[in-house]
Amino acid sequence: MSSPDPRRVLLLFAHPAFARSRANRALIEAAQRVEAVTFHDLYEAYPDFDVDVAREQELLVRHDVVVLQHPFFWYSSPALVKQWEDLVLEHGWAYGSSGDALRGKLWVQAITSGGSEATYCATGEAGCTMRELLRPFERTAVLCGMRYLPPFLVHGVHGMSDETLAAHADEYARVLAGLRDGAYGPDELKGARLRAPLSSGAMPV
Amino acid sequence: MYAEGFFLQALVYLATAVIAVPLAKRLGLGSVLGYLIGGVAIGPFALGLVGKEGQDVLHFAEFGVVLMLFLVGLELAPARVWRMRAPIVGLGSLQVLATAAAITGLATLLGLEWKAALAIGLALSLSSTAIVLQTLVEKGLIRTAGGQSAFAVLLFQDIAVIPMLAFLPLLATAGATPFVDEHTTTWVSDLPAGGQVAAVLGAVGAIVLAGRYGLRPVFRAIARSGLRELFTAGALLLVIGIAMLMAKVGLSPALGTFVAGVVLANSEYRHELEDNVEPFKGLLLGLFFIAVGTSIDFALIGRELATILGLVAGLVAVKLVILNVLGHLFRLGTDQNLLFTFALAQGGEFAFVLLSFALQNGVIEAPVAALVIAVVALSMALTPLLMLFSEKVLIPRLGTRAEIEVPPTAVEETAPRVVIAGFGRFGEIVGRLLRAEGFEASVLDFDSDQVDLLRRMGMRVYYGDATRHDLLAAAGAGSAELLVVAVDDPLRTKRIVEVARRYFPRLRILARAQGRVDAQELVELGVEHVYRETLDAALRVGRDALHALGVPAYQAQRTAQAFRRHDELALTELAAHRHERHYVNLARRRIEDVEEALRADQQRANESKDAGWDVESLAEELAPEASSKP
Repeated sequence: MSSPDPRRVLLLFAHPAFARSRANRALIEAAQRVEAVTFHDLYEAYPDFDVDVAREQELLVRHDVVVLQHPFFWYSSPALVKQWEDLVLEHGWAYGSSGDALRGKLWVQAITSGGSEATYCATGEAGCTMRELLRPFERTAVLCGMRYLPPFLVHGVHGMSDETLAAHADEYARVLAGLRDGAYGPDELKGARLRAPLSSGAMPV
Repeated sequence: MYAEGFFLQALVYLATAVIAVPLAKRLGLGSVLGYLIGGVAIGPFALGLVGKEGQDVLHFAEFGVVLMLFLVGLELAPARVWRMRAPIVGLGSLQVLATAAAITGLATLLGLEWKAALAIGLALSLSSTAIVLQTLVEKGLIRTAGGQSAFAVLLFQDIAVIPMLAFLPLLATAGATPFVDEHTTTWVSDLPAGGQVAAVLGAVGAIVLAGRYGLRPVFRAIARSGLRELFTAGALLLVIGIAMLMAKVGLSPALGTFVAGVVLANSEYRHELEDNVEPFKGLLLGLFFIAVGTSIDFALIGRELATILGLVAGLVAVKLVILNVLGHLFRLGTDQNLLFTFALAQGGEFAFVLLSFALQNGVIEAPVAALVIAVVALSMALTPLLMLFSEKVLIPRLGTRAEIEVPPTAVEETAPRVVIAGFGRFGEIVGRLLRAEGFEASVLDFDSDQVDLLRRMGMRVYYGDATRHDLLAAAGAGSAELLVVAVDDPLRTKRIVEVARRYFPRLRILARAQGRVDAQELVELGVEHVYRETLDAALRVGRDALHALGVPAYQAQRTAQAFRRHDELALTELAAHRHERHYVNLARRRIEDVEEALRADQQRANESKDAGWDVESLAEELAPEASSKP
């Protein structure tokens, strides 16, 4: 059921101390091996938080899939992501009666977290699932008329072995390629998971 | 021994001013009364230090009135004059016509022939611009409704003098001398009436055009020479030139300079012109008042005491009644109407001119003229006392005690919230940024070319030296909230800060500093907001250089931010014990300062990393057994 033309994928990346993040480096290196994925480092582009709204909107318009990759800080994203949302997703452009610029696009988050998978469930330390914590992002995407896909999660990055990390990175590359080629889409995702069965235990979707 | 005579006279007049005016002010009488009393004291009927030459001095000192109207014009932008057109034309013409008619009638009743009565009526309908304006300005009442109405009437009277001068010869019974002023011959006296009107209009038009287009390049050229006295010379040259031109076409010099002042009111040189002309105006006007005092003929008054006192009382009474009715008609409140009424209830200096002119033309006889002149002089001398009486006795009893109203337009025009001193490369950015948010700053700058350019861009920029407190006040520092000192010379910056803190202690100062040493000195002067001019740009260069070397942009940004924080801290800390050291010279001091700063950097090198995103400690805690990490 994939469309004949490949989807255009925009990878928005946000990490305030990228140089110090082993997991994100591995994921980004893998992502950059995937062809026709636009890589956009937000903290590199806007170190002073002065987001160029016109440029960001143009980038969004030119792509069909938006992947937002970031570490999980305080049950949310790094600060610049919020600044980006607040400025770029304008009323009348992204939402509202005349705001349809993002309609039909796919929204996926790729998140690295220090906590283990067990942290993010009703009985875990977080007290709720990842999907519940990501509800603000989901609502944002839905309000903008985008299709919200389940997130790509890499848990427990701190103690992770190089081999496991490499396997996650390869899987990330496959997911990105799949999003590009239409292997993953809202229809295909009914009951499916974005994540390959690499992780132990069920992923809370 | 002309020079000796001149110096002796100067000595007498200056001494009179210096002694009489402070005394009068201390007694609450105001400067005008001080000058007048001083004049009486040195006049031929008291000390006799000044004799008949008092009349010549009076003519010379009338130039003070000319300067005063130039200054008044500078305060009035054309738009404001236009807004005042109703009171000027309506109130002014009614006052002149009603007063002239009433006095003519009374004079006829007293037995004068109607032509003489009319000449006297016209002469006495005018009030004294010099005394009234000086007193109103001194009391700070010129901007009130009553003050503005009085000003409007005076302005109309200045214009009305011209047709009166033209009209008087027509009253001459026989053998009248042609229309010639006693001092000058005019260029237009031989022309037919139409030609005279054309010449007058042409002269006024020439002043307007010159003020609009011709004078600014001239003043810019003068300003570029950097010599302040040259600017003074230029300003006086302008006023004297206009006065002469006006006299040549038979117009009132005061009116001509007033027009020039209005035309220049919007120019960037306005404050500078004001400051340069002001002292001359003050001295000449003082001289004028002294001369009025000396010229009062006490011998005549002594002989005809009852008559003259009766006439003075009658003149003042007639004027008071008419002015008060007109004030009501033009809806002045009680306080303002009393101010207006008592301000204008006297004869004026133009009466001297008109009466001597009428005498020459044989319209009136010499004894009558002398009598009326004495009445006018006494009524002028009485004015400050009458105003005092109204202010201290009448207004507290009759007045509504309304707050003195300042028209909102005056506030709009003179009360910017920010004054920017220096509008070069630095201040320009500040001003434009403020403007982007709708704040129009009042700007003072010393570079006339820069000023000219910015004026053309529609900015409110004045040419002047911001180290002078009077110029700062003129630019609105008295009511502004912020002063941005953006000049590039550290010494001038310090002087501006010192002056501003002394005269305008409420002002918050944001000051540009050159280097660390200058910044420290400004901190010591008590300036809370000090900005080293190169710091921000240098930090950005450093940040971008780090980025170019491969450091992530945001990390470079955070490092620059931390560096800035530490550097500012070090600056204030070093400022504290700066005086413990003795410096041979400034250069040595700068080097030592940099040395201290570098040392402080080393101490803090490890404190400036962001710990918030550091995962090391967390990783250790979460996975102490992890050994696969490289």
